[in-house]
Amino acid sequence: MLLYTLKRILYVTPVALGVSVIVFLLVHIAPGDPLTSIMPIDATAEQQAEMRAAYGFDKPLAVQYGIWLWKVLHADLGNSIATGRPVLADVSRAVGNSLILASVSTLIGFTFGTFFGFVAGYFQNSPLDKIASLLSVIGVSVPHYWLGMVLVIIFSAQLGWLPPTGAGPDGSGNWRPDPEHLRYLILPAITMSVIPMGIISRTVRALVADILAQEFIQALRAKGLSEWGVFKHVVTNAAPTALAVMGLQLGYLLGGSVLVETVFAWPGTGFLLNAAIFQRDLPLLQGTILVLAMFFVFLNLLVDVLQTALDPRIQRS
Amino acid sequence: MPIVEVKNLTVDFGPKSKPVRAVAGVDLHLAKGETLALLGESGSGKSVTLRSLMRLHPKSARTGGSMQVDERDVLAMPYGDLARYRGSIVSMIFQDPGLALDPVYRVGDQIAEAVVRHEGTSFKQGRARALELFERVRIPSPERRLDNYPHEMSGGMRQRAMIALALACNPKVLLADEPTTALDATVQIQVLLLLRELQRELGLAVIFVTHDIGVAVEVADRIAVMYAGKIIEEGPCADVIRAPSHPYTKGLLASRADHSFEKGARLTAIPGTPPDLATLPPGCAFAPRCAVVLDACRNSTPPPALISRHHFARCIRSEPAAARQATV
Repeated sequence: MLLYTLKRILYVTPVALGVSVIVFLLVHIAPGDPLTSIMPIDATAEQQAEMRAAYGFDKPLAVQYGIWLWKVLHADLGNSIATGRPVLADVSRAVGNSLILASVSTLIGFTFGTFFGFVAGYFQNSPLDKIASLLSVIGVSVPHYWLGMVLVIIFSAQLGWLPPTGAGPDGSGNWRPDPEHLRYLILPAITMSVIPMGIISRTVRALVADILAQEFIQALRAKGLSEWGVFKHVVTNAAPTALAVMGLQLGYLLGGSVLVETVFAWPGTGFLLNAAIFQRDLPLLQGTILVLAMFFVFLNLLVDVLQTALDPRIQRS
Repeated sequence: MPIVEVKNLTVDFGPKSKPVRAVAGVDLHLAKGETLALLGESGSGKSVTLRSLMRLHPKSARTGGSMQVDERDVLAMPYGDLARYRGSIVSMIFQDPGLALDPVYRVGDQIAEAVVRHEGTSFKQGRARALELFERVRIPSPERRLDNYPHEMSGGMRQRAMIALALACNPKVLLADEPTTALDATVQIQVLLLLRELQRELGLAVIFVTHDIGVAVEVADRIAVMYAGKIIEEGPCADVIRAPSHPYTKGLLASRADHSFEKGARLTAIPGTPPDLATLPPGCAFAPRCAVVLDACRNSTPPPALISRHHFARCIRSEPAAARQATV
């Protein structure tokens, strides 16, 4: 198992390098000069050249990449062009906030999703199945930024139960685990949980239906197991796939929450990305994307290793 | 008192408006220590009959008639009793152990699970029983094999493990659903011999479903031939093989390859295809394919006609063995 894990880590390294190249090149693919947004319109050519040299844009591409990668490996993602603050500090705070939001959302989505999925799979084509399937289709298809706005209108504007935006009462960008901050988490977490809930419930439904149709379920009944005993076998068989889907969903939520985080002004990576794009803050954009991509790579690795630990059929060679 | 007694068993699948009658009035009886082979082609209802004895059909199936196993009324049993009965009184060996064992559980644990369930022992004791059983079915290096997952075993070994699982709680009746069909020919014989040996040692009553006459002859005391959900001929093994009475049984025996191994020789086949169970003709179901059909065959289902004391066939042409000898 340890050997397998080390091997997986080794396989991941080229992927991570590839990702870094793409992220680095983003700056050069994007139209316009990254420096135009911070320079006065009437800057002289001399001033422009000076600026370019200060940020290292005058060197050849490969050298720029080498320097950049070297800094990245030493935990230096550069400074934000707009604010001048170190990118790493901004990104890590945002990642922390996003991680909270994404984990809670995935947890909610996974809990309800597996529950609906199991009910639908066990009672296929019954009214219960129809209701559960309808809920999951709605979950997948409703635009979640719209759902977020509707929730804000109902629970903040009309009822006044929950705060509409932000991560905490002080307006700072830091979420802390206390009751006051928890109230700020509820609406965005529910909004974001809807998509993983739909996807997980549909996956689990298909999975459970498939497992129940297999011969060994009859064989388990034939050896006298109660329905509860059979159910435990179904769960064990469904777990590896369900966990893989959950891991991927968590990855998507970490990076793909631009809309929801913007609607709720949640100071996470999505919010940061949005800001970086609109301010043409390329170091910040680069750093955020790189961190998110690495998270995805890491999550995939984690899911891979977990799945192998859970499913004996995956070869551990 | 037979240990298994089935009377007028019927099993319907599909919607009530257009039912498919997979089993259409089967009578069976089996004494302690006896082996009965249910012989028939795919779709003849032999597996469905077998699974009825454990009530393993989906909820949508409708079962009629009566089944007594070890003085229990199988159809009347509440669910809790049924679960206790499955595996402890009657157990089943499935056709493909690669599909019938849970792929993500260790084989030894699957056996221990059944022991714990029926005998209330600790899991450790269950594992110890599993080890005994593995030795009994002659799995090499049994201790190590207990920790295998099904996919880590060969087909023959998996089937031995399946047999061990079926015998885990000392059942009285063993139901074997084509247990050798999914195996290689050489392994088939080993598994058959093992089954026969265990049956004799443990005094098991066995119902053995197969489509292979050779296998039936090898293991069975009696043979029952099924066609379109009915038993059309039944009798002691030797009688049915030597003096088949029903045209379908005769056809089955004639189509065996052993008679025609000469190069270029054609296999004898029964013309036509098995009938659609949803639209059976009113008379004898075999009539459309029968070479010696009479007009009367198409009118009503022929009742069982005795040929000798324990041998009968559902064919209006069959005559008692004594009478036949007299006319010859």
